[in-house]
Amino acid sequence: MDDPVLTRLTSIFREVFDDDDLVLKPELTANDVDGWDSLTHIRLILSVQKAFGVKFSSVEMSRLKNVGDLVALMKHKQAPGVVT
Amino acid sequence: MSESLYTELQWLPRPPEDFAKRCRALREAAGDGGREVRALASFGLDENKLARLANAIEAVRGRPDALRSLTPFRLGILSNATSHFMVPALIATAARYGIALECIEGNYGQLMQEALAADSAVNRARPDAVLVALDYRGLALDAPLGSASAVESVVERALDELRVVRDALRRNSGASCIFQTLARPVEASFGSLDLALSGTRRNVIDLFNRRLSVDLAAKEDLLLDVAGLAETLGLSVWHDPALWNIGKIPFANAYLPIYADLACRLIAALRGKSRRCLVLDLDNTLWGGVIGDDGLEGIVLGQGDPQGEAFLAVQSAAFALRERGIVLAVSSKNSDEIARLPFRHHPEMLLRENHVAVFQANWNDKATNIRAIAAELSLGLESLVFLDDNPAERRLVRDMLPEVAVPELPEDPAYFVRTLLAAGYFEAVTFSPEDQKRADFYQDNARRVALQAATGDLDAYLATLDMTITFQPFNEIGRARIAQLINKSNQFNLTTRRYTEAQVGEMEADPNCFTLQVRLVDTFGDNGMISVIICRRDADTWHVDTWLMSCRVLGRRVEQAVLQELVSHARTLGITRIVGTYRPTERNRLVEDHYAKLGFTECECPVEGSTLWSLDVANHRDTNLPMNVVRPQV
Repeated sequence: MDDPVLTRLTSIFREVFDDDDLVLKPELTANDVDGWDSLTHIRLILSVQKAFGVKFSSVEMSRLKNVGDLVALMKHKQAPGVVT
Repeated sequence: MSESLYTELQWLPRPPEDFAKRCRALREAAGDGGREVRALASFGLDENKLARLANAIEAVRGRPDALRSLTPFRLGILSNATSHFMVPALIATAARYGIALECIEGNYGQLMQEALAADSAVNRARPDAVLVALDYRGLALDAPLGSASAVESVVERALDELRVVRDALRRNSGASCIFQTLARPVEASFGSLDLALSGTRRNVIDLFNRRLSVDLAAKEDLLLDVAGLAETLGLSVWHDPALWNIGKIPFANAYLPIYADLACRLIAALRGKSRRCLVLDLDNTLWGGVIGDDGLEGIVLGQGDPQGEAFLAVQSAAFALRERGIVLAVSSKNSDEIARLPFRHHPEMLLRENHVAVFQANWNDKATNIRAIAAELSLGLESLVFLDDNPAERRLVRDMLPEVAVPELPEDPAYFVRTLLAAGYFEAVTFSPEDQKRADFYQDNARRVALQAATGDLDAYLATLDMTITFQPFNEIGRARIAQLINKSNQFNLTTRRYTEAQVGEMEADPNCFTLQVRLVDTFGDNGMISVIICRRDADTWHVDTWLMSCRVLGRRVEQAVLQELVSHARTLGITRIVGTYRPTERNRLVEDHYAKLGFTECECPVEGSTLWSLDVANHRDTNLPMNVVRPQV
């Protein structure tokens, strides 16, 4: 949980899913979280984009399978020299 | 200030740190949570916070009485795009307008089926109204280019379909419809020619919207002008093709809060909950500057000055609201005759006394005055909007009268009008001849209302301001500011005696002079030096030579605090009597009763026109004041 990206994502997840006890693990998927349906997913992604100041393409969005994918994508987006 | 005014609902106060906690508490509380739900909804909430509040509302909805103080409203939603994402936003936003909203969604894209089948979910729910949330992509609006008659028939066919939907809903559920106008896409085919050429997207959608609005004007149905909203925000940001592709989401999520607010204003208007009266502050709201200090020549108003034009625009907007039936009132901390001066004699004033139904200019707190205005007009507090540039006044009114709408305002008066009107307080679903006459009906030449004693819960409010008052004798550091206050304060100034900076310096060392410089810090910031007192000793008596205070901190009980400070020093120094003089000027009527209010008794005054007051130090009793006192040691 010391991963700074994961820490910031956790607070976004808690806000979006209205659950302040939510703990993020890389293998966490939509099936594991109450209320994570397709519309909440969009709200989640938009909130992440806004908080991190990045933009995902439609393809990137639809490829995300679990929290680990999201963290990896965020790190890729934030890596120096990568145009986002 | 731009698009964010609308996306962030900037006229509403920002949500508090403990917003999530209060949403949770709502779920556990017993009894009527309606007031708290409404209070939480009245912050500028983004999509996530709206969803959180909606979840809390859903959690308590089943409990009898949980939302008792809110007006129930059932809204059916039919759409040819995804509407599900709007539901939490609508439910939470409706609470802002005092409505407990319940949404019943039809199946995606099944407008006709839902309307025609008597046993569809929407019809069975017997909704109060049905929102028909249309997107251009779900209507057959393709027309050949260059044929006006073909466009006519395409538009008429689409409208016919909606007429069938409307009639079926009316028949099967009794509900009337709220039809959305279509936000046209940004992508043009020719360019500027799109506007003129029959059959382009733009041309067809423009005609559709126009026909839809004309059609509805004759019926009981309502129009939700989404096209207008999208244009206000910008079509290029309103439409997000990626979101449409992913989930048939018809517009960018960032605009859900303002979309929902627009829809709920309409529902509120339908339930008679629109606001009817605009209460205006004067100084720095209707003109620049302070009439009591700057005088008729000093206030800034009118053409040729950017600030003056901004304030004129505020007057112009108020005037236009009055034309459409909104009643205007004034609440100002001023003496009545001074406050009326610009209305009577300033050539640039657009508003005149005969435009103002109730004119409350006095030194009571604004909550008391606003209550009096509502009573005089026989309007509920929830009919009032209060416009004031001063954040402290706004917060006081919001705290004490939560029913009154109090828009947050930006620093720059150039944006006052846009902010006030963006809030949509005065949404109306009809305009009748009575509306045209209403403002006149209330008119009785700027009446003034006699007030009850100031409200008792003022101390509770003051306690929340976290005030710290600082007392110090005159010193070198404060000298320049002390002299400045002595030479410019007119209103709260008992004797209006002027002294130079050198004279002030002499008082510092004079053993017969007792002096105080007073500062006040509160939750809004540091008010700096706000009061100056000079007492001169004569045996065991103090004569109050000077007592002045900044009007900014009126109604904060600073005067009482100063008196308690004086009395405590008097006791230490063996002073038994404090004697004060009131020397009237044209500007200081405000403090006519200053000493009487502080418990002094009037004695015979040797000077014509002035009054003399005396306090027996032994008789004074301290009270608990809502502030911390600090006395820095030199």
